[in-house]
Amino acid sequence: MTEPSDHLFRHESGRMVAALTRIFGFHNLALAEDVVQEAFCRATEVWAFRGVPENPSAWLMATAKNCALDTLRRERTARSYAPELGRLLESEWTLAPVIEEAFAPNAIKNDLLRMMFSCCHPQLAEEAQVALILHILCGFSVDEIASALVSTHAAIEKRITRGKKTLAKSKKLFDVTAPAEFSLRLPAVHTALYLLFNEGYHGANPEFAVRSDLCREAMRLTAVLLEHPLCATPGTNALAALMCLHAARLPARIDAFGNLSSLSDQDRSVWDQQLIAEGISLLARAAKGSELSEYHIEAAIASVHANARGIDDTDWAKIVSLYDSLMTIRASPIVALNRAIAIAQRDGPDRGIEEIQAITDRDRLRSYPFYWAALGEFELRSKRYETAHGHFRSALAVARNDAERHFFSQRASSARQNAVALSYYEPEA
Amino acid sequence: MSEFTYLFRGRQIPSSPEQRQKHLEKWVAWFQDLGSRGHLKNPGHPLEDTGKVVNGQQKTVKDGPFAEAKDVVAGFIVVAADDLAHAVELSKGCPILEVGGSVEIRPVQIMNL
Repeated sequence: MTEPSDHLFRHESGRMVAALTRIFGFHNLALAEDVVQEAFCRATEVWAFRGVPENPSAWLMATAKNCALDTLRRERTARSYAPELGRLLESEWTLAPVIEEAFAPNAIKNDLLRMMFSCCHPQLAEEAQVALILHILCGFSVDEIASALVSTHAAIEKRITRGKKTLAKSKKLFDVTAPAEFSLRLPAVHTALYLLFNEGYHGANPEFAVRSDLCREAMRLTAVLLEHPLCATPGTNALAALMCLHAARLPARIDAFGNLSSLSDQDRSVWDQQLIAEGISLLARAAKGSELSEYHIEAAIASVHANARGIDDTDWAKIVSLYDSLMTIRASPIVALNRAIAIAQRDGPDRGIEEIQAITDRDRLRSYPFYWAALGEFELRSKRYETAHGHFRSALAVARNDAERHFFSQRASSARQNAVALSYYEPEA
Repeated sequence: MSEFTYLFRGRQIPSSPEQRQKHLEKWVAWFQDLGSRGHLKNPGHPLEDTGKVVNGQQKTVKDGPFAEAKDVVAGFIVVAADDLAHAVELSKGCPILEVGGSVEIRPVQIMNL
């Protein structure tokens, strides 16, 4: 008896819903979801008693196909289906071959793409796009999305229901054969996948500081983009490179005690060398052409870290100049903060503090714990321990999960100990 | 060793694919455990929820079973155990109990001729 591979149901759910929606039409998305539920029900029942079959994906697909045929025969006249397939589904002569074709491996790949691009509909807010992708393509339940994106069941449900309504209204499915439509919507797809990855990497989840399953999903969908000639642009390669290079560091972000570990303290020997190599080669492919996106720059920054043996061995001058470029493409207080941290590494902590003080919109960072943490580290290095302690306390006050709280409270007490120690040596200070 | 039939009722399979898969993995592990210890006499079958009920002398045929979902038998297996108490102990590992279902344990009558 074999074991189903990790997340098999999640991944197959996305593939099946995408294929069925192509047949049923977007307005029948709920029907497609019902059919998938039924296929899973059968699988769970039969596999529990009989063991998991040799090729569980093929088994699920065949079951979904049969459920779809049953549904179409039963409700042939009660509903209207995908307009472009409508006539073919009406006749028993064409019905079976059309369904067969829709479930062919290549067709399913296109269905996944079509669904991904459809979810990034221009009328939907970015957070709605991300929620829909997680729900439809990654098979996350409403509760699982709410927990991953730190929201409530009701809020996510509303976001998804509204999103689906918008999609159902767009009569035409996204056309995967039209190059112009691809290039128009590709940036939105990049943004959604980037947000999905970041949510996993820097997520504000109260339970887990790192949600590697979100990162994995983002990487899986980016890989689908890379397989399509029209989507494998330099920007997509850069996005994929950025994900690989960051994901390579995931094993070190949480130390052996389950605590967050800063880049300077990370055990670099556990960085995933295979992912680093893949990231570097994707970055080389991204360099073909004249496009320079924010993903190119972020991936380049990650590659500098990946190539350094330690924090002191890092080419900080190069990182500063990359952040300068990033500021011209996508300026934000957080990018400016990261630039200030790189400048502190290159020119010393006091320069870092100056740079932070020069950030426009600095107020927007007050709820961001790593803003206070950066100030704390700079003050610590300048041996102003009391001030450092105060900053770490501020970071602690806005920390978003236990791992962050633990991390900042340790930094705060370390600063306090230094302050006490200093007062013994220099009682006048 | 005696034989006992387990009747499973009222499973509520979780709706998220990930939770479903976790649930399935528990069933597979439970069956494997029973099998490896020589208790799984017959792996039985899962049953569809619907069918027909034929009744009485008139042999009337009705759609059914129209019982409450929690009362419909969802499947059965046959287990070999020392006695009823042992069979009850073995049934406690069944994953259906985690999702609001039940296991009914019935000794199989053996004709000793």
